[in-house]
Amino acid sequence: MWEPLLLSFTLSLITTAILLVIGVPLAYWLSQSKNKLKPVFESVISLPMILPPSVLGFYLLLAFSPNNFFGKFLDQYFSVRLLFSFEGLIIASVIYSLPFMIHPVQSGFQNLSPSLKDAAYTLGISPRKTFFRVLIPNIKPALLTGIVLTFAHTVGEFGVVMMIGGNIPGVTKVASLAIYDEVESMNYDAANFYSLVLLALSFVILLFLFNKKWKTKIF
Amino acid sequence: MFEIQLSKKLHSAQGDMLLDIDLQISEKQFVALYGKSGAGKTTFLKMLAGITEPDKGRIIAGKETWFDKEKKITLSPQKRKIGFVFQDYALFPNMSVRQNLEFVLPDKKNKNFVDELLEITGLAGLANTSVTTLSGGQQQRVALARALVKQPDLLLLDEPLSSLDNEMRLKLQDELIKIHKHFGLTTIMISHDTSEIYRLADTVIKMDFGKIVQQGSPDLLFHNHQISGKVQIAGQLISLVQNDIVYIAQILSGNNLMKVIITKEEAEQLNIGDSVLIVSKAFNPSVIKYKA
Repeated sequence: MWEPLLLSFTLSLITTAILLVIGVPLAYWLSQSKNKLKPVFESVISLPMILPPSVLGFYLLLAFSPNNFFGKFLDQYFSVRLLFSFEGLIIASVIYSLPFMIHPVQSGFQNLSPSLKDAAYTLGISPRKTFFRVLIPNIKPALLTGIVLTFAHTVGEFGVVMMIGGNIPGVTKVASLAIYDEVESMNYDAANFYSLVLLALSFVILLFLFNKKWKTKIF
Repeated sequence: MFEIQLSKKLHSAQGDMLLDIDLQISEKQFVALYGKSGAGKTTFLKMLAGITEPDKGRIIAGKETWFDKEKKITLSPQKRKIGFVFQDYALFPNMSVRQNLEFVLPDKKNKNFVDELLEITGLAGLANTSVTTLSGGQQQRVALARALVKQPDLLLLDEPLSSLDNEMRLKLQDELIKIHKHFGLTTIMISHDTSEIYRLADTVIKMDFGKIVQQGSPDLLFHNHQISGKVQIAGQLISLVQNDIVYIAQILSGNNLMKVIITKEEAEQLNIGDSVLIVSKAFNPSVIKYKA
């Protein structure tokens, strides 16, 4: 009964952790960069926000397929098959939720006074120490927004996991898919159970976000 | 001795501009950098600090080379012996007053020096307060104390007192002089306030459109038509009101507002907002002490 929910939460936790590691430096780079290609990067990162999840899922399906270049490459050199696997779901979720981590964190960095970094440098603080001890602690609300949004968004994904997950119980059958399954088989009580848990969770997350103490500009 | 030759092409609101500076500053000088906004003053300070890289030139500080384009030497801001006080103070909001200073202390054992700085700047009582709750004047003091932790040779101040009220300004001007002398610093301060420059600086550099246009003592720059035996007060014309056949001019000098009676002929030459001189032809004006 709890398996799909646990799977959803595990997937969301791992995705959020990965996105913290790659998203925060990327968001920092975007906030500082004057690169002419920056709008291109920003557009690519933001694509999952407006693209139908099934479109993203469809292209990931093609990419992961062992019949195609990327999938074949992974299969031959690393014996990894991403299609219909939990690892595949993680990679898809990371791509799918990327903008939800990047946007708040990037705007958090952009709202910091540029002299904060300059001051730290002139005071003898290394760039690394400045980043972790001065910049990061001062974007905490933005960081928290990024974490919460990423987690929630990953719990809620349906289209992408439907396309590439294959709905395998205990492996890729996450809560959102389980609801669909139970409804298909007219099992409304079970569907209601999953739905209620997700509804309650979403409400708590939003309550947390709109709480004045942590309220920040998201975009 | 600081030998500075710098040039950089800037893209400003008024179009492209070439910042081109050739300057020597002796040790322990207090230099005021004066000029319109957008003249390149802040960029100049940032180039000295190593935050902004010049296109060409060199900076020699005593025996050290901080920057030399030809020899491809660029010392990072961390390695230059500078203290920089930013216009917005740039205090670390996640730290207390003491933590702001201790965080940048090169030798962590030397905590006595932090105490000494807190004492000198009158912050000892606020040491454990979060910097976000401080007033403007207190924040300015923290920024100044923090800039001294590294024991710099060169102190760079970007309009440090511009956002403070007059009383606080005068108080902090006194502290700046004290600190400048106490630590034997060479100081470069951006300021728009003539009276402030008079009180603090021994040299004024006037910049316009990226170039140094005038350089010398404050007297030479602001009162180049001085005649001995006269009393002169520089100020700004605030209002001009006709009263019968004379005019009453209100002139603001520093934080003193003065009313002066002038003739119609004089009044016709003046516009509100003009920088003016009150000149008294009295041979020996009285000077009376009102506060010791």
